[in-house]
Amino acid sequence: MKRLLCAGLMLGLAACAPNWRATGDLGLVVERADGRLQMVETTHSTRLAQISGLGDLSHASLVFSRDERFAFVFGRDGGLTKVDMLQARIVKRVLQAGNSIGGAISQDGSLVAVANYTPGGVKVFDTDTLDLVADIPAMGADGTASKVVGLEDAPGNVFAFSLYEAGEIWLLDIKDRTRPSVRKFADIGKQPYDALITEDGRYYLAGLFGEDGIAMLDLWNPDKGVRRILDHYGRGQEALPVYKMPHLEGWAASGNLAFLPAIGRHEVLVVDMTNWREVGRIQVAGQPVFAMLQPGGRRLWVNFALPDNGKVQVIDVPSLNVLKTIEPGQGILHMEFTPRGERVWLSARDSDQVSVWDTASITKVAELPAMKPSGIFFTARAHRMGL
Amino acid sequence: MIPANARTDLHKTRSPVFSRQLSLLLVLVTAPVGAAEPSPERQKQLGNLLVQDCGSCHGMTMKGGLGSPLLPALMRDLGDEALVATILDGRPGTPMPPWKLILSEADARWLVRRLKGENR
Repeated sequence: MKRLLCAGLMLGLAACAPNWRATGDLGLVVERADGRLQMVETTHSTRLAQISGLGDLSHASLVFSRDERFAFVFGRDGGLTKVDMLQARIVKRVLQAGNSIGGAISQDGSLVAVANYTPGGVKVFDTDTLDLVADIPAMGADGTASKVVGLEDAPGNVFAFSLYEAGEIWLLDIKDRTRPSVRKFADIGKQPYDALITEDGRYYLAGLFGEDGIAMLDLWNPDKGVRRILDHYGRGQEALPVYKMPHLEGWAASGNLAFLPAIGRHEVLVVDMTNWREVGRIQVAGQPVFAMLQPGGRRLWVNFALPDNGKVQVIDVPSLNVLKTIEPGQGILHMEFTPRGERVWLSARDSDQVSVWDTASITKVAELPAMKPSGIFFTARAHRMGL
Repeated sequence: MIPANARTDLHKTRSPVFSRQLSLLLVLVTAPVGAAEPSPERQKQLGNLLVQDCGSCHGMTMKGGLGSPLLPALMRDLGDEALVATILDGRPGTPMPPWKLILSEADARWLVRRLKGENR
């Protein structure tokens, strides 16, 4: 380990000072079954270190500190773990709930919030110390205790999130950490299951599982309340069984167009963001899970739920045609682009492998072994809202 | 004459327990008696599916998530047939999908035994 650190990770240790390391090309790959992270770098597509002891990482996600040195990892077992990437080690770990689903970091980087299933609610921690700053139980207006989903950071040290059982959207404002305040929007629709915030931090969109449509809150005009868009978005009449819930985060816009994975259909929906109307549907190879735009917005990459989770399709945005279908491995769970989009990393859970693809030629350029890899997270996320 | 979409509505208004019993009935009527044990290779696939894919909602340690906890002590309180029906037909009104497009009845029975800790 010591040799590895000296080989490139440590900052400023006298013994290996010439090997100072920056973090702009670093990333973390979740090895979900082993409670472990792999630290990777995207310049040469190599693995640098492994970090163990993070608990149950099924459906784990993470966010980065504003200096791109630390990662805050949200585990399924309620664990919140702070990892130092320069030292490739865990700095601190707290078990903050029984069961959690994800989190977000505040605009100024001083707070990290975690969305919990059991007991349902949001807990907010100081990013330096992981001391508890706020504890917000999620009790709906009708008295329903709820799981919290779709927790996103919004401008002004606000966290936006949705209550699954109660069907509400809440805005938690922590500009003053001694007086956190909550603004609640009730009756937004049945079973919000995930959400996204647009890159500009303006719109919070919660996908509904219990009915068709998306609940949208304009954070520049919260007094206008939540409105429903895309009434046809959802399962519809002839929907297929949904073997994996689509993920809305990772969504991005190309010009006026946004792309959303349909629920229970082999389609990606194309939405005009100027009026939030559906303007097209792209037929794809399965039920999409992630529909992610390559940086620059020229191509869209889509992965799928069972039984089509061995495929990835690349779509040409100007023509909305499928350019190529690739089979990068079994159980493709996640895709992550390098900051400027020349490469994409794909995790193949059931092949125990991560592969790196050139996005221009759509060819594989590297493979890295990984045990049951799921999420891949590159540090450039630190500077994007909603990631 | 019942309109074609009435079936869906009925399904939604019924309690999960009722739906489950209905599904159970269908399974009992249609199931071959003594469905064959999945092959060793299939068992390996099923074990992986349970931890990884079921685990996406129920947690890899089966302590629950968006889906209910599936710990052995809880599973043993429920009948095999009800659990098999839940796997194959899903739980209408919840995100639990019907798995019968992917899993056979023998697969589901094997999974139920695994959930109850009766096989490894």
